[in-house]
Amino acid sequence: MTHIQTSPGALAPGDDRAADKRNGPAGAAPPAGPKGPGSRENLAGYLFMSPWIAGFLFLIAGPMVFSLYLSFTEYNLFEAPRWIGLQNFTDMFADPRWRQSVKVTSWYVLIGTPVKLAAALAVAMLLAQKRWGQSFYRAAFYAPSLIGASVSAAIVWRALFSDDALVDRTQKVFGVEVGGWIGDPGVIIYALIALTVWQFGAPMVIFLAGLKQVPRELYEAAEVDGAGRWRRFFHITLPMISPVLFFNVLLETIHSFQIFGSAYIVSNGSCGPADATLVYTCYLYEQGFVNSRMGFASAMGWLLLVAVGLVTAVLFWSQKRWVHYEEGGR
Amino acid sequence: MSLRDAAVRRRGPGAFAWHLGALLILAVVLYPVVWTIGASFKPSADIIGALDLFPADPITDNYTRLTEGIADIPISTFFLNSAYIAVGSVIGVVLSCSLTAYAFAKVRFAGRNVMFAIMIGTLLLPYHVLIIPQYVLFQKLELINTFTPLLIGKYLATDAFFVFLMVQFMRGLPKELDEAARLDGCGHLRIYWSIVMPLCRPALITSAIFTFINAWNDFMGPLLYLNEPDKYTVSMGLKMFIDQDAVADYGGMIAMSLVALLPVLAFFLAFQRYLIDGMATSGLKG
Repeated sequence: MTHIQTSPGALAPGDDRAADKRNGPAGAAPPAGPKGPGSRENLAGYLFMSPWIAGFLFLIAGPMVFSLYLSFTEYNLFEAPRWIGLQNFTDMFADPRWRQSVKVTSWYVLIGTPVKLAAALAVAMLLAQKRWGQSFYRAAFYAPSLIGASVSAAIVWRALFSDDALVDRTQKVFGVEVGGWIGDPGVIIYALIALTVWQFGAPMVIFLAGLKQVPRELYEAAEVDGAGRWRRFFHITLPMISPVLFFNVLLETIHSFQIFGSAYIVSNGSCGPADATLVYTCYLYEQGFVNSRMGFASAMGWLLLVAVGLVTAVLFWSQKRWVHYEEGGR
Repeated sequence: MSLRDAAVRRRGPGAFAWHLGALLILAVVLYPVVWTIGASFKPSADIIGALDLFPADPITDNYTRLTEGIADIPISTFFLNSAYIAVGSVIGVVLSCSLTAYAFAKVRFAGRNVMFAIMIGTLLLPYHVLIIPQYVLFQKLELINTFTPLLIGKYLATDAFFVFLMVQFMRGLPKELDEAARLDGCGHLRIYWSIVMPLCRPALITSAIFTFINAWNDFMGPLLYLNEPDKYTVSMGLKMFIDQDAVADYGGMIAMSLVALLPVLAFFLAFQRYLIDGMATSGLKG
């Protein structure tokens, strides 16, 4: 995520002065108001920004403060919020279903994200070779990413993984008797993970763009030195695409934490047999909007924020050990 | 570039194996889609059990049943609602995000770097911290069961991803263009509308397509804010279908699933080039 870090710096105050100097002596300087051109620029900036500023205050910052307050209250939307201190949080840790939702979500993130990224990278490496029909393949592999988030995909998934359906029957051909995945609390989560892995197109496209930037000379030099396929992969490809890998890991992890629609539909709105697909947001939704425990759900939301923040921080911290940025950048 | 040259050189013996591998993976990836198309022409009873991809005697009952609607609501209602929200979202995102991006990329105002950092921060913010307080807000404003909660954020540039995408794109535009325009006495509004916006078309198109598809596929938003069936979107219509009869009408459900995907697939086929390139540059352009 180099661009994000370097971008604010790239807003270069130096350019500012250079432009002003050029404007100044040329005599074409904007008509200086009482406060000079600086305040005009400020006014223009804030006017252009006004939709975002309003959106940030009313839809993001304000609600965040409000939900922090709600997380210390008991609130059912109809009576005034009642302050209960940390009780929502202590209730949460004592609640076996909440612990189950943490377990299910962690499992989903820990298994789903690496498998999905591995699939994305493998296919990207295949497509990085220039072949006839390459752009067709690229588009075709990307297609599931678009429909994957829809209710339609979840419905199809349920049909494919239910009792005596396609997946079940295919397994029987290989002599594995598992039964449908949808009705089985032990394996339904893997049907959900398969659904997310299926949507590997978006990270694949980003990997593909990264792979195209790896200088070919590096491979040639390594080949001359007698490095095999795997050595070249681990010593050239992986380090060279590590910024892109980092970007994908970060986005996919954050994204996985927030899975809702597919878990809800695949398990038919029940979040699974024996809470097997009770992902975090499913439980948050149930507590907030089915049981009207808005305070409890707000507390859950804040813990999710803390968890995602921690994971993001750990990823950023870890990047100096494994992410290699080119000196100087582009 | 160089990777490409090398690969061209290697065409020939490896090409067959390459295509075989790519087609095999493609078959696995697209199987569910093809299966769905086949299943939509099977009688409900055969959909789960039958192993053949396409039925020997295709029927169209599943589709004709859709013309009866779901629970007395014609299918067209769901589609019109979804189209209204999706098109409204596209207009909102393209206008509000480009204005904001212009300020970040082209105007030098005090506090710009801080605001940019905050905007990037919201990119990483889980939406679920906001759903409870936003719901309470819209409930107090009596906007539940209207489209406003689903649309307002799009007009207030809260989709930081698109702002970021457009900022990156605008920074790549040659500086000389807007400097020359300024010397000619153009104000920011003029530069934004007549110079930057036309040049930003690729970024705008990418944002528009993503917005349309996300809005069309959105499930949680309509689930929270819409509670009368005549306001339901296609996603909610599908959910109604499941609630109505989970087992009996698999055929209708599968057919409706496919029909629900048609706008997304059509959009994708028409614009896939922009979309995939936009996706790739958003992660990389620095």
